[in-house]
Amino acid sequence: MTGAEMVLKALVDQGVEVIFGYPGGAVLPLYDELFKQNRLRHVLVRHEQAAVHAAEGYARSTGKVGVVLVTSGPGATNAVTGLLDAMCDSVPLVCLTGQVPTHLIGNDAFQEADTTGITRPCTKHNYLVKDTNQVARVMHEAFYVARTGRPGPVVIDLPKDVLVGKGTYAGPAKVKHKTYRPQVKGDAKAIEDAVKLMAGAKRPIFYIGGGVVNSGLAASQLLTQFVHTTGFPCTQTLMGLGGFPGSDPQSLGMVGMHGTYEANMAMHGCDVMICIGARFDDRVTGRINAFAPHSKKIHVDIDPSSINKNVAVDVAIVGDVAHVVEDMIKLWKAKQFRADDRALKAWWGQIDKWRARDCLRYGASDKVIKPQYAIQRLYEMTRSRDTYITTEVGQHQMWAAQFIKFEEPGRWMTSGGLGTMGYGLPAAMGVQIAHPDSLVVDIAGEASIQMNIQEMSTLAQYRLPVKVFILNNQYMGMVRQWQELLHGGRYSESYSAALPDFVKLAEAYGAVGLKAEKMDELDGVIEQMIAVDRPVIVDCRVDPAENCFPMIPSGAAHNEMLLGPEDEAEKPISEDGMVLV
Amino acid sequence: MQTEEIRRHTISILVDNEAGVLARVIGLFSGRGYNIESLTVAEVDPREQLSRITIVTSGTLMIIEQIKAQLRRLVPVHKVSDLTIEGPSVSRELALVKVTGTGEKRVESLRIADIFRARVVDSTNESFVFEIVGATDKLDAFVRLMEPLGLMDVSRTGVVAIARGPNPI
Repeated sequence: MTGAEMVLKALVDQGVEVIFGYPGGAVLPLYDELFKQNRLRHVLVRHEQAAVHAAEGYARSTGKVGVVLVTSGPGATNAVTGLLDAMCDSVPLVCLTGQVPTHLIGNDAFQEADTTGITRPCTKHNYLVKDTNQVARVMHEAFYVARTGRPGPVVIDLPKDVLVGKGTYAGPAKVKHKTYRPQVKGDAKAIEDAVKLMAGAKRPIFYIGGGVVNSGLAASQLLTQFVHTTGFPCTQTLMGLGGFPGSDPQSLGMVGMHGTYEANMAMHGCDVMICIGARFDDRVTGRINAFAPHSKKIHVDIDPSSINKNVAVDVAIVGDVAHVVEDMIKLWKAKQFRADDRALKAWWGQIDKWRARDCLRYGASDKVIKPQYAIQRLYEMTRSRDTYITTEVGQHQMWAAQFIKFEEPGRWMTSGGLGTMGYGLPAAMGVQIAHPDSLVVDIAGEASIQMNIQEMSTLAQYRLPVKVFILNNQYMGMVRQWQELLHGGRYSESYSAALPDFVKLAEAYGAVGLKAEKMDELDGVIEQMIAVDRPVIVDCRVDPAENCFPMIPSGAAHNEMLLGPEDEAEKPISEDGMVLV
Repeated sequence: MQTEEIRRHTISILVDNEAGVLARVIGLFSGRGYNIESLTVAEVDPREQLSRITIVTSGTLMIIEQIKAQLRRLVPVHKVSDLTIEGPSVSRELALVKVTGTGEKRVESLRIADIFRARVVDSTNESFVFEIVGATDKLDAFVRLMEPLGLMDVSRTGVVAIARGPNPI
């Protein structure tokens, strides 16, 4: 069997159905094999970065490994942003990159890049295959590494002569990695310590992250059960949205820089924090030495390097969320632990007072469309449907996270760790491929959307009815907001000049273009957008001056939030905060 | 405050001897801003194709723990052992030290070499190359003493270390 035949056989044996890719010289043998078969579907993107984001969207909305195929040199370097994005957000991917023939490696050959060198820090692992007989082993090992433990992207660099050469194939069952064995079952003693700590808590809080979503539907169901059993409040990170039902009365919404007042105040005031599958990221913690200062912390994570990295914790449990939470529930029941009901009642009383501040409220207007209102309407009009939401990066992303309530995992795809503008459209493409009959909406800004706008052509080719909902405020809104808060309102290069006519642009790509400029047009446009069975771009013109609140300014603590524009003047941002990102 | 103290640790890492494995380890240190004070690597088990990397690094306890966790996360890493805290260990370094000079200085350098149990591995009429083995501070002291005696060149291996007692890494 040739190397190229083996690659395709391995993909089929791994249960792969779709590949996102772009051909080129070094991968022609693979494309030739693709041509001869019909088990694998290939989706031709318009830029390799989009292939990776599409595979991310596919992976995150299905729980399967996303597969990417790109050529050597520029094909591989274009994929790098997507790979790091997947690394930061723990998305399982296998990315096949072409490489010049082995005898040319190191000779600065045409379209040669040191792909394994370049991608080493932005992948979970990578391989350069130099022998056709190793192709099958590496392929199966790569899938195993990508999907187990803390998931992540794996690159396989395939020189052209290895693809053309002949060798022997082995099936997935015969391949096992020598040492890589992620720990999924939590340590029993640590779990017992954790449960005891929880039973004694007066002001507890669950702080859950993307690990719950990655662990799968069972993890999210078990966690929901556990939160209900204990009666504790539960807040979610940006990546954890949907890990616990957003409309559940015990949900406090999102935590962190643009999280809710009640979530951040409860994090600050808690005495026991149960962190499950989250990583104490700087966007969550705010000023680290003022983070939840009076709390004992329990941390459940499958990645031992996440533990004690930013914040020292009292009880560390390395393991998979579903396994650990299941054990926690068993122990809680078996030992008949009970939450401290009186203390918990008082705690909820305090939380309700924080909730009463209604931190997401915004100045209403009957003329101009407020961006928050547009998201609210979009949510109201899509919530009863089978909907998936992706976003780009910026203000619109935070408003989407604040106002849309996700009831289950895998419905929300956003670039959290890396914050990649241009993520949303290709990710939506990948989601729509996996869920052809669902409603897939990319909530975008007019700046972000232009970073991968070429993918409108892919939507047209594959008749993918993705809806791009642009909150057009004619600014890189989040940059403008920071310049307003930190740089004296000097809006350096953050104005979106020379914008295209998005309606005409949509039409040029064979999609439907819609525009909403006034409040009374909004609902009609959203209705139309949903009704059309084709790709749609909505140009929703919103208030250009609106800022995203609440906000924990850089270098501030959770209890030092800015709740709205009126707070800006009172709480100036410190010099220390200015140097942070 | 105890955890804020910066300490030096010797970490032993057993890895698959495959292309790029050293780059993974070094890239992890440079990318995350950890120190490398010394690093040695060589294959130690040809049958299993395992190499052993010994790294001397420094940091607070939290950083050292983080370094070990990050190393364990690398797929080709089999075992990570912190020889500084996991029981007693022995560590050695080898240096080749070139000293040039004539007359009394030349004789003095020989005398010091004798005290340090350094061996002469090359000599000309005006130079010696000494081979010295020992702990890092012993080598430091030897090199310092050679400075006024015509120290020309130093080549050091970096630290290798192993746990005392019957058990492997």
